[in-house]
Amino acid sequence: MAVKTLTIDDRLVSAREEETVLDAAREAGIHIPTLCYLEGVSEVGACRLCLVEVAGSSKLQPACVTKVAEGMEIQTNTDRLQNYRRIIVEMLFAEGNHVCSVCVANGNCELQDLAIEMGMDHVRLEYQFPDRQVDLSHDRFGMDHNRCVLCTRCVRVCDELEGVHTWDMAGRGSQSHVITDLNQPWGTSQTCTSCGKCVEACPTGAIFHQGSSVGEMVHDRARIEFIATARQKQQW
Amino acid sequence: MDLSELLEIAEQERQSQKALQIRCCVAAGCLSSNALAVKTGLEQAVTEAGLTDTVQVSGVGCMRLCCQGPLVQIDTSAELEHSEILYEKVAPDQVSAIVATLQSQTPANTPTTLQQGDLTQPFFTQQRTIVLENSGKIDPERIEAYIAAEGYQALYHTLYEMKPTDVINAITHSGLRGRGGGGYPTGLKWATVAKATAERKYVICNADEGDPGAFMDRSVLESDPHRVLEGMAIAAYAIGSTQGYIYVRAEYPLAISRLQIAIRQAQRLKLLGSQVFDSPFDFRIDIRIGAGAYVCGEETALMASIEGKRGVPSPRPPYPAERGLWGFPTLINNVETFANIAPIIRHGADWFASIGTEKSKGTKVFALAGKIRNTGLIEVPMGTSLRQIVEEMGGGVPDGGSAKAVQTGGPSGGCIPASAFDTPVDYESLTQLGSMMGSGGMIVMDQTTSMVDVAHYFMEFCRDESCGKCIPCRVGTMQLHQLLTKIREGQATDVDMELLKELCDMVKHTSLCGLGQSAPNPVLSTLRHFEDEYRTLIDKP
Repeated sequence: MAVKTLTIDDRLVSAREEETVLDAAREAGIHIPTLCYLEGVSEVGACRLCLVEVAGSSKLQPACVTKVAEGMEIQTNTDRLQNYRRIIVEMLFAEGNHVCSVCVANGNCELQDLAIEMGMDHVRLEYQFPDRQVDLSHDRFGMDHNRCVLCTRCVRVCDELEGVHTWDMAGRGSQSHVITDLNQPWGTSQTCTSCGKCVEACPTGAIFHQGSSVGEMVHDRARIEFIATARQKQQW
Repeated sequence: MDLSELLEIAEQERQSQKALQIRCCVAAGCLSSNALAVKTGLEQAVTEAGLTDTVQVSGVGCMRLCCQGPLVQIDTSAELEHSEILYEKVAPDQVSAIVATLQSQTPANTPTTLQQGDLTQPFFTQQRTIVLENSGKIDPERIEAYIAAEGYQALYHTLYEMKPTDVINAITHSGLRGRGGGGYPTGLKWATVAKATAERKYVICNADEGDPGAFMDRSVLESDPHRVLEGMAIAAYAIGSTQGYIYVRAEYPLAISRLQIAIRQAQRLKLLGSQVFDSPFDFRIDIRIGAGAYVCGEETALMASIEGKRGVPSPRPPYPAERGLWGFPTLINNVETFANIAPIIRHGADWFASIGTEKSKGTKVFALAGKIRNTGLIEVPMGTSLRQIVEEMGGGVPDGGSAKAVQTGGPSGGCIPASAFDTPVDYESLTQLGSMMGSGGMIVMDQTTSMVDVAHYFMEFCRDESCGKCIPCRVGTMQLHQLLTKIREGQATDVDMELLKELCDMVKHTSLCGLGQSAPNPVLSTLRHFEDEYRTLIDKP
């Protein structure tokens, strides 16, 4: 197995050949913000928060899918990147209906964490206030589309870890949303095993345990990681 | 099928040609203005006049001057002195008048009711046809007609006289670049896929032409589908593939049906399928029909769609050449790129490389539309100036107006102001002007067009067509569209202008695929060349 040496934020870092820039950075204790990335499931490179500057390339590259290369020089936190990331978070806040004060995930929300990290004290973009649905047909879980950031983590854990593919995407552009089965109410889904992985994977309070009140929902991300390791590496 | 049989079909086809040819355009443009009734009317009139022995009526592909359709061309074949007459805007009740001119033996004396087209006008004479060489001449639904026009000889030549590497070298040497918009060197792409080792490889023809105002690929598929099949087969031989797909949008039903006919005919003659030309080379082509998403023209989304998945793009690398359809190395080229292949093999790479500019070789087909006299298709050598295209060939703006700008490259491109019309059209010069070659749509705008409206229109298009996967494109196009609406309505301030510029930069540099990365281009290019129009709307008291 070949090992590569690269520079991340002016620090020399070593990484295995098949690792991504994000893996290498995390191992070296360098923080790169992510949202759609979830350890244990496939990467989609959709949220664009982990974009980094690679010397010699005019295009910004998503760290979660970019493989390391020998002699690569990477900057993860330039002013330009910080600015872009703040706009991305602003965009998410303007797009959905995110009201932290009444959200089950208040205090345990990755979107909230990102806003704090980016220093987003106000949103300059126009709030869309979309008319979105809440699905409480499942007897244990709920889905509030108002809080969904369309990261597709639920789609991927359901498909790749549970092997069920209850969740999927429908619609396009600003109309896109996650659906259960063929756009049936979650409670009537014939495929859902009620395993709850989507609940743990959701970065916000969009998918939640019913009965939890404001700020009560703590995501058990370790459970996803445990299952991923067990399935993929046969270790437990 | 071997070469002698192929040549025999060609010879028979030529023998069976009658002295007088009446060609009626049956491509989508003319069909929409009742060309089919004209064609059946002509057939009937010829039969009634008892001229079936000497006159042949055939439906052919696009004759390029689409705005004057339905077009009918009368061609006296080579035995007599060669003459061609073009009738424009032919109505079904004029067919007897056309047939009457044939009987009077004086075709030049046209009755006044018929509108005769000028075949010597610059629109026709300044074209250089390679991709469209058969367009408007042969019947797209008869493989014999394509074979008579030297069709499938290039494929035979490659299979029996060239090694795959020779083919790739020829394409590389020709300097052909991808006609889908990016301008990536075709030879290099082929070589990359050829070098990949895998148990299977795929060839895909991207016929998901979706830019507003662009209809080049549709025309090629409707007028000369076999040319694309032959190009794909040559590519498959060069890279070692046995399966090809044509991804064509559902909005092109005529192109789909002609492709289906063409594939069936080619299979029957063993020019596609198992053991092509009795050689060990197998190649099948299947059609996949798009479901109406513009983003499926992006290659990774296109492949996802072929696989039956949701048509959304994925990050590159890995490029399709390395990991494409179902994870196998895949070659994706555009319709026009494949249409160039057979002529390059037939006439040689040097011939092709002698046409065009230093870095952009060959010709390019453009779809001229908008405020211009001659709407239609033109094929010109790379490096032709916009002025020549718009003013000479296009005949300028009708009703005495003057051209203000030309929009090229669709929603990914930009507007080129009249002051830059002397720029030779090639990949680099258009990019320098803040636009791009794109697939070849060219929309001419006159003084009455507001450039803010243009930017607004294209942003609306991108917003509606964004797949929603990545945040900058999904939300950015929506926000930009709202800002442009605000500006257009005179509600915007300098703060909005700053935000517009900042968002354009952000969406351009952070989006996942080409759609988002180029969505701000129409705004950026109009800002660059026509900022005063934005300013007037903002500084308004």
